[in-house]
Amino acid sequence: MIDATRRTLLKGSLAAGSVGVAAGLLAPRLALADWNAAAFQAKDIPTALTGLMGSDAPETSDRIKIKAPDIAENGAVVPVTVETDLEGVTSIAIIASKNQTPLIASFDFSGSAIPFVSTRIKMAETADVVAVVKVGDKLYQNAKSVKVTIGGCGG
Amino acid sequence: MSDIKIRASLSGDETTVKCLMSHPMETGMRKDSKTGELVPAHFIEEVVCKHKDEVVLTANWSGGVSKNPYLSFKFKGGVAGDPITVTWTDNKGETQSASDQIKG
Repeated sequence: MIDATRRTLLKGSLAAGSVGVAAGLLAPRLALADWNAAAFQAKDIPTALTGLMGSDAPETSDRIKIKAPDIAENGAVVPVTVETDLEGVTSIAIIASKNQTPLIASFDFSGSAIPFVSTRIKMAETADVVAVVKVGDKLYQNAKSVKVTIGGCGG
Repeated sequence: MSDIKIRASLSGDETTVKCLMSHPMETGMRKDSKTGELVPAHFIEEVVCKHKDEVVLTANWSGGVSKNPYLSFKFKGGVAGDPITVTWTDNKGETQSASDQIKG
Protein backbone atom coordinates (compact mmCIF):
# COMPACT_ATOMS: atom_id res chain seq x y z
CA MET A 1 0.00 0.00 0.00
CA ILE A 2 2.73 2.38 1.02
CA ASP A 3 4.75 1.33 -1.98
CA ALA A 4 1.86 2.00 -4.32
CA THR A 5 1.52 5.54 -2.98
CA ARG A 6 5.22 6.08 -3.46
CA ARG A 7 4.94 4.92 -7.11
CA THR A 8 2.07 7.34 -7.70
CA LEU A 9 4.05 10.16 -6.18
CA LEU A 10 7.08 9.36 -8.30
CA LYS A 11 5.00 9.22 -11.47
CA GLY A 12 3.37 12.48 -10.59
CA SER A 13 6.63 14.29 -10.05
CA LEU A 14 8.12 12.85 -13.23
CA ALA A 15 5.14 14.03 -15.25
CA ALA A 16 5.33 17.47 -13.72
CA GLY A 17 9.04 17.58 -14.58
CA SER A 18 8.49 16.76 -18.23
CA VAL A 19 5.72 19.33 -18.56
CA GLY A 20 8.12 21.94 -17.22
CA VAL A 21 10.76 20.96 -19.76
CA ALA A 22 8.26 21.02 -22.62
CA ALA A 23 7.06 24.48 -21.65
CA GLY A 24 10.64 25.69 -21.51
CA LEU A 25 11.33 24.40 -25.00
CA LEU A 26 8.13 25.80 -26.44
CA ALA A 27 8.29 29.29 -25.04
CA PRO A 28 11.05 30.82 -27.20
CA ARG A 29 9.63 29.39 -30.42
CA LEU A 30 6.13 30.67 -29.72
CA ALA A 31 7.55 34.11 -29.09
CA LEU A 32 9.21 33.98 -32.51
CA ALA A 33 6.27 32.62 -34.43
CA ASP A 34 3.75 35.28 -33.39
CA TRP A 35 1.12 32.57 -32.95
CA ASN A 36 -1.54 33.62 -30.46
CA ALA A 37 -1.37 30.68 -28.04
CA ALA A 38 -3.68 32.30 -25.47
CA ALA A 39 -6.48 32.67 -28.01
CA PHE A 40 -6.04 29.35 -29.80
CA GLN A 41 -5.78 27.31 -26.60
CA ALA A 42 -8.72 29.08 -24.91
CA LYS A 43 -11.52 26.74 -23.91
CA ASP A 44 -14.34 29.25 -24.37
CA ILE A 45 -15.26 31.76 -27.05
CA PRO A 46 -15.06 35.03 -25.01
CA THR A 47 -11.50 34.25 -23.89
CA ALA A 48 -10.49 33.31 -27.43
CA LEU A 49 -12.02 36.44 -28.95
CA THR A 50 -10.57 38.77 -26.34
CA GLY A 51 -7.15 37.21 -26.86
CA LEU A 52 -7.39 37.42 -30.62
CA MET A 53 -9.30 40.60 -31.32
CA GLY A 54 -9.34 42.50 -28.05
CA SER A 55 -13.09 42.30 -27.49
CA ASP A 56 -15.69 39.61 -26.94
CA ALA A 57 -18.83 41.49 -27.91
CA PRO A 58 -19.37 41.30 -31.66
CA GLU A 59 -22.48 42.76 -33.22
CA THR A 60 -24.53 40.33 -35.32
CA SER A 61 -24.51 41.17 -39.01
CA ASP A 62 -26.29 39.36 -41.82
CA ARG A 63 -23.80 40.86 -44.25
CA ILE A 64 -21.48 38.02 -43.25
CA LYS A 65 -22.25 34.96 -45.32
CA ILE A 66 -21.26 31.55 -44.00
CA LYS A 67 -21.43 28.63 -46.35
CA ALA A 68 -21.34 25.28 -44.58
CA PRO A 69 -23.39 22.09 -44.87
CA ASP A 70 -26.62 21.80 -42.82
CA ILE A 71 -25.64 18.26 -41.99
CA ALA A 72 -22.02 17.13 -41.96
CA GLU A 73 -21.69 13.37 -42.04
CA ASN A 74 -18.04 13.49 -41.13
CA GLY A 75 -17.05 16.03 -38.48
CA ALA A 76 -13.39 15.64 -39.41
CA VAL A 77 -13.89 17.48 -42.68
CA VAL A 78 -16.51 20.24 -42.70
CA PRO A 79 -16.12 22.69 -45.58
CA VAL A 80 -16.66 26.29 -44.46
CA THR A 81 -16.64 29.43 -46.58
CA VAL A 82 -16.94 32.89 -45.09
CA GLU A 83 -17.56 35.95 -47.20
CA THR A 84 -18.70 39.48 -46.42
CA ASP A 85 -19.46 42.69 -48.28
CA LEU A 86 -18.49 44.82 -45.27
CA GLU A 87 -15.87 47.43 -46.16
CA GLY A 88 -12.42 47.61 -44.62
CA VAL A 89 -12.24 44.08 -43.22
CA THR A 90 -8.89 43.36 -41.59
CA SER A 91 -9.51 39.86 -40.31
CA ILE A 92 -11.93 36.96 -40.13
CA ALA A 93 -11.99 34.29 -37.43
CA ILE A 94 -13.73 30.92 -37.68
CA ILE A 95 -15.07 29.31 -34.50
CA ALA A 96 -16.76 25.96 -33.85
CA SER A 97 -18.77 26.73 -30.72
CA LYS A 98 -18.63 23.29 -29.09
CA ASN A 99 -15.07 22.24 -29.90
CA GLN A 100 -12.75 21.83 -26.93
CA THR A 101 -10.73 24.77 -28.19
CA PRO A 102 -13.36 26.70 -30.16
CA LEU A 103 -11.11 29.05 -32.12
CA ILE A 104 -10.12 27.24 -35.28
CA ALA A 105 -8.56 29.78 -37.55
CA SER A 106 -8.01 33.46 -38.01
CA PHE A 107 -7.21 35.11 -41.31
CA ASP A 108 -5.60 38.53 -41.63
CA PHE A 109 -6.16 40.34 -44.89
CA SER A 110 -3.77 42.87 -46.31
CA GLY A 111 -3.13 44.68 -49.54
CA SER A 112 -5.66 43.90 -52.22
CA ALA A 113 -7.25 40.90 -50.51
CA ILE A 114 -11.01 40.39 -50.79
CA PRO A 115 -12.76 39.42 -47.51
CA PHE A 116 -13.38 35.84 -48.54
CA VAL A 117 -11.93 32.65 -47.19
CA SER A 118 -12.69 28.98 -47.61
CA THR A 119 -11.27 26.03 -45.72
CA ARG A 120 -12.18 22.73 -44.08
CA ILE A 121 -12.52 22.35 -40.33
CA LYS A 122 -13.01 19.68 -37.67
CA MET A 123 -16.15 19.71 -35.55
CA ALA A 124 -16.52 17.64 -32.40
CA GLU A 125 -20.32 17.68 -32.38
CA THR A 126 -23.40 19.46 -33.69
CA ALA A 127 -22.75 23.14 -33.09
CA ASP A 128 -22.72 26.62 -34.53
CA VAL A 129 -19.99 27.68 -36.90
CA VAL A 130 -19.36 31.29 -35.95
CA ALA A 131 -17.56 33.77 -38.16
CA VAL A 132 -16.24 36.92 -36.54
CA VAL A 133 -15.21 39.76 -38.82
CA LYS A 134 -13.05 42.65 -37.70
CA VAL A 135 -13.57 46.04 -39.35
CA GLY A 136 -11.31 48.68 -37.82
CA ASP A 137 -12.05 48.44 -34.09
CA LYS A 138 -15.47 46.90 -34.50
CA LEU A 139 -16.41 43.23 -34.48
CA TYR A 140 -19.29 41.65 -36.34
CA GLN A 141 -20.42 38.05 -36.25
CA ASN A 142 -22.78 35.62 -37.82
CA ALA A 143 -23.41 31.95 -37.15
CA LYS A 144 -24.67 28.89 -38.92
CA SER A 145 -25.73 25.68 -37.27
CA VAL A 146 -24.13 22.48 -38.55
CA LYS A 147 -25.43 19.08 -37.53
CA VAL A 148 -22.58 16.63 -37.14
CA THR A 149 -23.28 12.92 -37.47
CA ILE A 150 -19.81 11.60 -36.54
CA GLY A 151 -17.57 13.85 -34.43
CA GLY A 152 -14.23 14.71 -35.96
CA CYS A 153 -11.88 15.25 -33.06
CA GLY A 154 -10.91 11.64 -32.52
CA GLY A 155 -11.11 10.06 -29.09
CA MET B 1 9.33 18.58 -54.33
CA SER B 2 6.82 20.34 -52.32
CA ASP B 3 3.55 19.02 -50.97
CA ILE B 4 1.64 22.25 -51.47
CA LYS B 5 -0.59 22.36 -54.52
CA ILE B 6 -1.59 25.81 -55.71
CA ARG B 7 -4.05 26.81 -58.38
CA ALA B 8 -4.56 30.49 -59.10
CA SER B 9 -7.04 31.63 -61.70
CA LEU B 10 -8.03 35.06 -62.92
CA SER B 11 -11.61 36.11 -63.54
CA GLY B 12 -12.03 39.78 -64.45
CA ASP B 13 -10.15 41.71 -61.77
CA GLU B 14 -10.31 38.94 -59.19
CA THR B 15 -7.76 36.24 -58.67
CA THR B 16 -8.97 33.13 -56.85
CA VAL B 17 -6.29 31.01 -55.26
CA LYS B 18 -6.97 27.48 -54.08
CA CYS B 19 -4.34 25.50 -52.29
CA LEU B 20 -4.02 22.11 -50.73
CA MET B 21 -1.33 21.31 -48.18
CA SER B 22 -0.16 17.95 -46.99
CA HIS B 23 -0.08 17.82 -43.19
CA PRO B 24 -1.40 15.50 -40.42
CA MET B 25 -2.92 18.40 -38.37
CA GLU B 26 -2.87 16.57 -35.04
CA THR B 27 -4.63 18.51 -32.29
CA GLY B 28 -2.72 16.85 -29.47
CA MET B 29 -6.05 15.77 -27.96
CA ARG B 30 -6.59 12.64 -30.05
CA LYS B 31 -5.78 9.22 -28.62
CA ASP B 32 -4.02 6.57 -30.63
CA SER B 33 -6.56 3.76 -31.07
CA LYS B 34 -3.94 1.03 -30.53
CA THR B 35 -1.81 2.33 -27.67
CA GLY B 36 -4.40 4.58 -26.01
CA GLU B 37 -1.80 7.31 -25.70
CA LEU B 38 -2.29 10.87 -26.82
CA VAL B 39 -0.89 11.66 -30.24
CA PRO B 40 1.36 14.70 -29.84
CA ALA B 41 0.15 17.96 -31.33
CA HIS B 42 1.47 18.57 -34.81
CA PHE B 43 -0.34 21.19 -36.84
CA ILE B 44 0.24 24.19 -39.08
CA GLU B 45 0.21 27.41 -37.09
CA GLU B 46 0.78 29.96 -39.77
CA VAL B 47 0.25 30.22 -43.51
CA VAL B 48 1.50 33.26 -45.40
CA CYS B 49 0.16 33.86 -48.91
CA LYS B 50 1.88 36.30 -51.21
CA HIS B 51 1.08 37.85 -54.56
CA LYS B 52 4.49 38.79 -55.99
CA ASP B 53 6.21 40.28 -52.92
CA GLU B 54 3.06 41.54 -51.25
CA VAL B 55 1.45 39.57 -48.42
CA VAL B 56 -2.25 39.17 -49.21
CA LEU B 57 -3.36 36.78 -46.49
CA THR B 58 -1.90 35.51 -43.23
CA ALA B 59 -3.73 32.58 -41.68
CA ASN B 60 -3.25 31.44 -38.10
CA TRP B 61 -4.59 28.00 -37.35
CA SER B 62 -5.20 25.66 -34.47
CA GLY B 63 -5.40 21.88 -34.77
CA GLY B 64 -9.09 22.40 -35.58
CA VAL B 65 -8.37 22.73 -39.28
CA SER B 66 -8.84 19.42 -41.07
CA LYS B 67 -6.02 17.08 -42.00
CA ASN B 68 -4.36 17.97 -45.32
CA PRO B 69 -5.71 21.52 -45.14
CA TYR B 70 -7.52 23.26 -47.96
CA LEU B 71 -7.40 27.03 -48.21
CA SER B 72 -8.94 29.34 -50.74
CA PHE B 73 -8.74 33.14 -50.89
CA LYS B 74 -9.26 35.97 -53.36
CA PHE B 75 -7.59 39.26 -54.15
CA LYS B 76 -7.73 42.04 -56.72
CA GLY B 77 -5.11 43.34 -59.08
CA GLY B 78 -3.43 40.11 -60.16
CA VAL B 79 -2.24 39.64 -63.75
CA ALA B 80 -1.78 36.33 -65.54
CA GLY B 81 1.76 35.10 -64.99
CA ASP B 82 2.19 36.77 -61.57
CA PRO B 83 3.71 34.46 -58.96
CA ILE B 84 1.67 33.32 -55.93
CA THR B 85 3.69 31.99 -53.01
CA VAL B 86 2.27 30.00 -50.10
CA THR B 87 4.42 29.23 -47.06
CA TRP B 88 3.37 27.33 -43.94
CA THR B 89 5.09 26.88 -40.58
CA ASP B 90 3.95 24.26 -38.07
CA ASN B 91 4.21 23.96 -34.29
CA LYS B 92 7.41 21.94 -34.59
CA GLY B 93 9.06 24.70 -36.57
CA GLU B 94 8.93 22.81 -39.85
CA THR B 95 8.18 24.92 -42.87
CA GLN B 96 7.29 24.44 -46.50
CA SER B 97 6.82 26.81 -49.38
CA ALA B 98 5.58 26.59 -52.95
CA SER B 99 4.68 28.98 -55.71
CA ASP B 100 2.74 28.99 -58.92
CA GLN B 101 1.69 31.49 -61.56
CA ILE B 102 -1.74 33.01 -62.07
CA LYS B 103 -3.48 31.48 -65.06
CA GLY B 104 -5.49 33.85 -67.22
